[in-house]
Amino acid sequence: MARLEIGQIIAVLKEKLPEAVSEEVLDGVDPVIVVKAEQWAAVAELCRDDSRLGFDLLSCITGVDYPEREEGAEIEVIYNLDSTANLHELTVKVKLPRSDPRVASVEGTWATADWHERETYDLVGVIFEGHHNLVRILCADDWVGHPLRKDYEPPDSFHGIKNVIY
Amino acid sequence: MTEIENRNPDPLTKNVVLMTAVDDIINATRANSVWPLTFGLACCAIEMMATGAAKYDLDRFGSGPFRGTPRQSDLMVVAGTVTHKMAPRVKRLYDQMPEPKYVIAMGGCVIRGGPYVKHGYHVVKGVDLVIPVDVYIPGCPPRPEALLEGIFKVQKLMKREKILDRTRRTTKPEVYQPV
Repeated sequence: MARLEIGQIIAVLKEKLPEAVSEEVLDGVDPVIVVKAEQWAAVAELCRDDSRLGFDLLSCITGVDYPEREEGAEIEVIYNLDSTANLHELTVKVKLPRSDPRVASVEGTWATADWHERETYDLVGVIFEGHHNLVRILCADDWVGHPLRKDYEPPDSFHGIKNVIY
Repeated sequence: MTEIENRNPDPLTKNVVLMTAVDDIINATRANSVWPLTFGLACCAIEMMATGAAKYDLDRFGSGPFRGTPRQSDLMVVAGTVTHKMAPRVKRLYDQMPEPKYVIAMGGCVIRGGPYVKHGYHVVKGVDLVIPVDVYIPGCPPRPEALLEGIFKVQKLMKREKILDRTRRTTKPEVYQPV
């Protein structure tokens, strides 16, 4: 198969799932599409299995907290997809509500999502539904809170070890 | 003879043996065969490896066989950022080392949290909150020469040990001062 431009990639997605892509931001360094949270699992399967797309590599999952945004879209999960066969790439964003950020796990689509989703859960607090072992990966198991939320306050001490020095 | 008897505090060996020369011999062997624990947490461990390798050659100074178990080590070089998740493991390794044992805090992170002191929610603000430290080596990371100097300080401390002393001698840490 051949390398596709971003417009062609979006066309393939819309051909199979016409409702999934809610927003396109194509003027940045990386062209970005925003996918509805409830459609993300289907989009992920399509991205991997359609031979024209052939996104066989999930490079990264990132979670970002934007508390100043309108309600219902404060937390963004960003997926960077690559195709080693077709040599194109795609950045997919899913916007979630801050009160209850839930999105389907894509662990079954790309195995590498396992640890990346655990990290995003640990630091930003996104719940990946269907993940087989959604526990903290970086912080200690009994850590409280999600440190990369903008309103996070670190504890004064942890297990008797003082955490404030100044 | 009476003076020496009075100086020996241990009731078991009082009036029995003269310990001074024995102390010197044991301390000399101990200080010239410092066995550090193979234990690195972050980037300072790279400098620690360089210190042990050919260019800086820690073995010249009577140290260097990095042991794979705390039970065979008498020096712990805490090299690298100690996180709250790692702190209980550091404490456990320290507890497993036999007395007399020494600890070097290598690098800014280990001394007081380094660059993570304000916003590093996950970093222990100084490993001396977890285990007692004998020698502090500042730097980010310290150069191998600085670690060598720190090990010389530990060797000096070792030469002060008394075998009759059942408590730990070095409660007050010595701070490495760069020239």
